[in-house]
Amino acid sequence: MAKDIPDPIAPEKLIEEVLSAYPAKSAKKRAKHLGVAAPVAEGETEIVSKCDTVKSNIKSVPGVMTIRGCAYAGSKGVVWGPVKDMVHISHGPVGCGHYSWSQRRNYYTGTTGVDSFVTFQFTTDFQEKDIVFGGDKKLEKTIDEINELFPLAKGISVQSECPIGLIGDDIEAVSKKKKKDIGKTIVPVRCEGFRGVSQSLGHHIANDAIRDWVFNGGEESSYQPGPYDVNIIGDYNIGGDAWASRMLLEEIGLNVVGSWSGDATLAEIENAPKAKLNLIHCYRSMNYICRYMEENYGVGWMEYNFFGPSQIAASLRAIAAKFDKTIQDKAEEVIAKYQPLVDAVLAKYKPRLEGKKVMLYVGGLRPRHVVDAYHDLGMEIVGTGYEFAHGDDYKRTGEYIKEGTLIYDDVTGYELEKFIEGMRPDLVGSGIKEKYPVQKMGIPFRQMHSWDYSGPYHGYDGFAIFARDMDLAINNPVWGLFDAPWKKSA
Amino acid sequence: MGSLRQIAFYGKGGIGKSTTSQNTLAALVEMGQKILIVGCDPKADSTRLILNTKLQDTVLHLAAEAGSVEDLELEDVMKIGYKGIKCTEAGGPEPGVGCAGRGVITAINFLEENGAYDDVDYVSYDVLGDVVCGGFAMPIRENKAQEIYIVMSGEMMALYAANNISKGILKYANSGGVRLGGLICNERQTDRELELAEALASKLGCKMIHFVPRNNIVQHAELRRETVIQYAPDSSQADEYRQLAQKIHNNSGQGVVPTPITMEELEEMLMDFGIMQSEEDRLAAISASEA
Repeated sequence: MAKDIPDPIAPEKLIEEVLSAYPAKSAKKRAKHLGVAAPVAEGETEIVSKCDTVKSNIKSVPGVMTIRGCAYAGSKGVVWGPVKDMVHISHGPVGCGHYSWSQRRNYYTGTTGVDSFVTFQFTTDFQEKDIVFGGDKKLEKTIDEINELFPLAKGISVQSECPIGLIGDDIEAVSKKKKKDIGKTIVPVRCEGFRGVSQSLGHHIANDAIRDWVFNGGEESSYQPGPYDVNIIGDYNIGGDAWASRMLLEEIGLNVVGSWSGDATLAEIENAPKAKLNLIHCYRSMNYICRYMEENYGVGWMEYNFFGPSQIAASLRAIAAKFDKTIQDKAEEVIAKYQPLVDAVLAKYKPRLEGKKVMLYVGGLRPRHVVDAYHDLGMEIVGTGYEFAHGDDYKRTGEYIKEGTLIYDDVTGYELEKFIEGMRPDLVGSGIKEKYPVQKMGIPFRQMHSWDYSGPYHGYDGFAIFARDMDLAINNPVWGLFDAPWKKSA
Repeated sequence: MGSLRQIAFYGKGGIGKSTTSQNTLAALVEMGQKILIVGCDPKADSTRLILNTKLQDTVLHLAAEAGSVEDLELEDVMKIGYKGIKCTEAGGPEPGVGCAGRGVITAINFLEENGAYDDVDYVSYDVLGDVVCGGFAMPIRENKAQEIYIVMSGEMMALYAANNISKGILKYANSGGVRLGGLICNERQTDRELELAEALASKLGCKMIHFVPRNNIVQHAELRRETVIQYAPDSSQADEYRQLAQKIHNNSGQGVVPTPITMEELEEMLMDFGIMQSEEDRLAAISASEA
């Protein structure tokens, strides 16, 4: 790396420097989103640091570059989009559907266009006349056409874009009517993009739509539950993550009823309330429906983490503890079985990665969930932050990160750049928009939304891939060529 | 083209905007003015008396049939009525669906871009009810109507609506050039109607430009889908509209930036006129009736 790089700056000082660039009012607002993980109160054993920001999940300051998405992105892009045997209509003008087309790498099995539709894009393509005269008739026609063209689609969801809420179309009435006509589940989702401050509300709205239009009003499931039935909740199967998780759960003797919503079918969603336990991977996007299932169907829920061997082992044991001794014994067997693989990965990569500093900025879960996977490799997290987390996420972050870590909520483009400059980490993990600026700063980068087209990162096999990818990024020989040859000192 | 004058009629629903505006425009055309009417009401009844029939081919209806507004020709949507008055209707969705406001914007843009405003002296917008959303404020926004005429009466809600519309005008008066031309009182024979209309006008800082007396001949003409000017050109009512037309014509450039009042001020004004009881008077009346 370049030689003329100054020493890292302390996080408290960095925050001060960054805020000093803002007008007083913006500085006051942004100060509530930035912080340094503090020591825990005496007697507190659940967490290792206190990293609550004063504020989160509130409106971004106008004029800053925020990385957040909208409610439609949260519903169509995250929660509903991966449900593979349903057709998801982007209801409104063409842009929202087109530019979000296949943005997330939700892997699935099936025959695309016949019984699976994840990588398809359906839109009602609103024109001016649909705005003026209303789009309900067009929606009906679209549903009819989908039903005719794709008879094996099990259901349809209507993902509202902004104009639907503005002109007051009655998509609920259309959905009820067409459900009668074609005999399939139709789910209207009021996820207009202007609602809420980020994609987070879209997740909530999408969860509520499952409650109102699948659980209450969908088909009654005839599934006969078994004693070891669990659901994977909030794993969107990015690069096959949900498959990696399912393999482990099945190995310890559990039966995965529903995979929500990566590689999911509508039937898996309908059957989910009959399972014994909900295992939440992404708490932020699907805790709502788990709480509902707990209250109404008595299905308990727990969070788990399959990133890195320490968390995998801890999670497998915690999950097994909810079941009988057979499962508990199998969990120990599985952990032991994979130990040689873990040892081999650590032997190979830990020496190459030990002591490297990492900064993260991801969505609502990974800024904390991947932390111990880095720790397992001997790496250090020096800064982390979320796009759209709430207070409970920051509280949970304290379970992972050590005191003194820089914390940033809904970070602005300016802040993130300044933080990276000041901290000089060895690796930044964030999204596509951050990737190239960071690399141009001479710092290795991995996309942590899409796994940079790699993955899966969940499970033991995933950890091997994760370790390899981090090594590829950090120890790439290109970083040794960063200085112009003519500027090299003699 | 010289100086194209663009005016708009606003007012509470059912106050007689369309009737008053069409009669006034019929009188203006008698004065040799070339006129275009842009009806901005989904009901499309702003040109009925001029055309002697309800216009069926509204801009938005035809645009929806053709696919989009780009597929339309001006001739398709512009009809010629009484003494050459050009008539267009924006049209819009049936009640309760879609976005009529967006429709008004679309229709006005289409008419402007396709030369409907060429070779006329007056463009008159007739806008539904209240200024409910941005779309219906289109005619008062930049480079559209220069003067707004508010049709009102001595009824409480009509006064309230007139004040509200003034707020809309005030909002756009600084960014664009829109002004309040004045109030047109369409007589309902309520208590002290003329005085009340004049009082509101003075509060708003504008003129009460004309008091149109109630006359059943207006009904007779309407039933025949005609203006009074056409139906009974020699009637006294026709002369009232001619006077109004002359006043509007002479009012060019004399519009004002209105000074709308608060709801409390409006109620106070009604109390001053003895139309509304004050709280104390009301309680006194109740206790008197109980005693």
